Amino acid sequence: MTAVLSGLEIAHRIEQRFPGAVVEATPEAAVVQAERAVEVCTYLRDDPELAFSFLSCLTAVDRLDYLEVAYHLQSIRHNRVTVLKVKTYDRENPEVQSLVPVWRGAHLQEREAYDLMGIRFSGHPDPRRIFLWEGFPGHPLRKDWLNMPGGLMAGLERFPGEPGGKLEGRG
Amino acid sequence: MKTEPFVVNVGPQHPSTHGVFRLRLTLDGERIIDADMVMGYLHRSMEKLAEERTYTQNIPFTDRTDYVAAMTGNLAYVLAVEKLCGIEAPERAQWLRVIMSELQRFASHCMAVGIFANDCGAWQTPVMHMFREREKILDLFEMACGARLTTNYMRIGGVSRDIPPEFMPALRQLLQELPKRMDEYDGLLLENEIIVARSRGVGVLPPELAIACSVSGPMLRASGVAWDIRKADPYAAYDKVDFDICVGTSGDVYDRFLVRTAEMRQSIRILEQAAEMIPDGPVHAEMAGATVQPGGAPSAPLALRPPVGEAYGRIESPRGELGFYIVSDGSPAPFRFHIRSPSFINLTPLRDMTVGGTVADAVVILGSIDIVVGEVDR
Repeated sequence: MTAVLSGLEIAHRIEQRFPGAVVEATPEAAVVQAERAVEVCTYLRDDPELAFSFLSCLTAVDRLDYLEVAYHLQSIRHNRVTVLKVKTYDRENPEVQSLVPVWRGAHLQEREAYDLMGIRFSGHPDPRRIFLWEGFPGHPLRKDWLNMPGGLMAGLERFPGEPGGKLEGRG
Repeated sequence: MKTEPFVVNVGPQHPSTHGVFRLRLTLDGERIIDADMVMGYLHRSMEKLAEERTYTQNIPFTDRTDYVAAMTGNLAYVLAVEKLCGIEAPERAQWLRVIMSELQRFASHCMAVGIFANDCGAWQTPVMHMFREREKILDLFEMACGARLTTNYMRIGGVSRDIPPEFMPALRQLLQELPKRMDEYDGLLLENEIIVARSRGVGVLPPELAIACSVSGPMLRASGVAWDIRKADPYAAYDKVDFDICVGTSGDVYDRFLVRTAEMRQSIRILEQAAEMIPDGPVHAEMAGATVQPGGAPSAPLALRPPVGEAYGRIESPRGELGFYIVSDGSPAPFRFHIRSPSFINLTPLRDMTVGGTVADAVVILGSIDIVVGEVDR
């Protein structure tokens, strides 16, 4: 059975090695500074006690206040998983470090995150869009990409009549 | 003599790309010097669509990502939502999930192996034989849920309905036949000169590169890495069945083909155990606010509101690690719905495998990855 290395534990280990690199730690995930992601991840991959050699899933989430990139890491040697995150508050020009030098598996997934969420990955060897064509307006997975008619903003009030929404009781 | 590189577009409409997928090959004579993938022809933006629908309404989308293996797509998604809500499906539902997943794996590998033989030049005969078995499995799916391809069978907290009484006899009958058929296929394909000549030593993927590129599934195991989520992180009732992880040695196209045929035999083994061990009982968990379907089976509340949080649920689909990353904000629809699709990520080392080979090699290498374009583009 796969053991989960909690965000608090992984944050503790990163903090010992790179003081100040951890921004925030919750039981779910450790958030590291965007500009130190490559060195932290190289350590997570190469340290024999951690050995997170396999990048399971890389994806981006628009949390409205900030954009977030989540990395699900898997250690095949120790059969453990952990979650690492990076945040960026710049919605106009979000940029985080590319992890392709650490895990090649990030290559297509970062291109996807750029295409759909608009996060630039500095140092990516081939930073093109992947599913949509060059010139496509905006990045569709952003919550503010589409303003629905009637002033309903997609992602903020998705079900007319939801409690607390503008159309409460009329749904 | 002055020469210059020549660009060949394989696809988007080409039988060897298995869907609308395009490969731009730059050639120097017959040798490939560069390979570029162009995808997105089947992009339907499922991740955005899912943010506007309830958790239960999203299950049919998971049929249509990997449309060759809908059951496993359903299962990965409902497991992620169950993890998010802290729901546990009852015992019988867990076993039905194992049975459906393994039938689906067999059917999907039938397609992969048959069409791979097609790519190698054994034109249509193996595929037609393989489709005979696949048809029987699809008949079983039709019995269980009324659909053959887009099954929509798994539910949050169980499965949509119990299997009818005629299902188990038909499954046992099928399990009697399948080993004989597998022997036939092994005799037909394993030592087949065309397949061996086209695939042995072609598209070699070393284990270190496979792990670095996040490759999963039969492709990773063919490179010699004994990694199977059914063993490493068991879900449903996989911890109660006995089976082996099939591993290759050289990581070439031939090994991927061997691993798939070996996994088909392991699927039969799992199905035989599951047919004996499946208990009676409910097929859906008791949930507060549950609705009752016309057939009498309970189902999750229509507007299921998982607690605020996030969950990553994953399974071993026929193509590899299929994961769903779901972020909930407490509303009836996912705040973020991400599909970690094995077909897409297994394409990462395609360039490394094809450069230096010939165009004919590129066709069998792409066939051996076994992509489903619905899952690549989502």
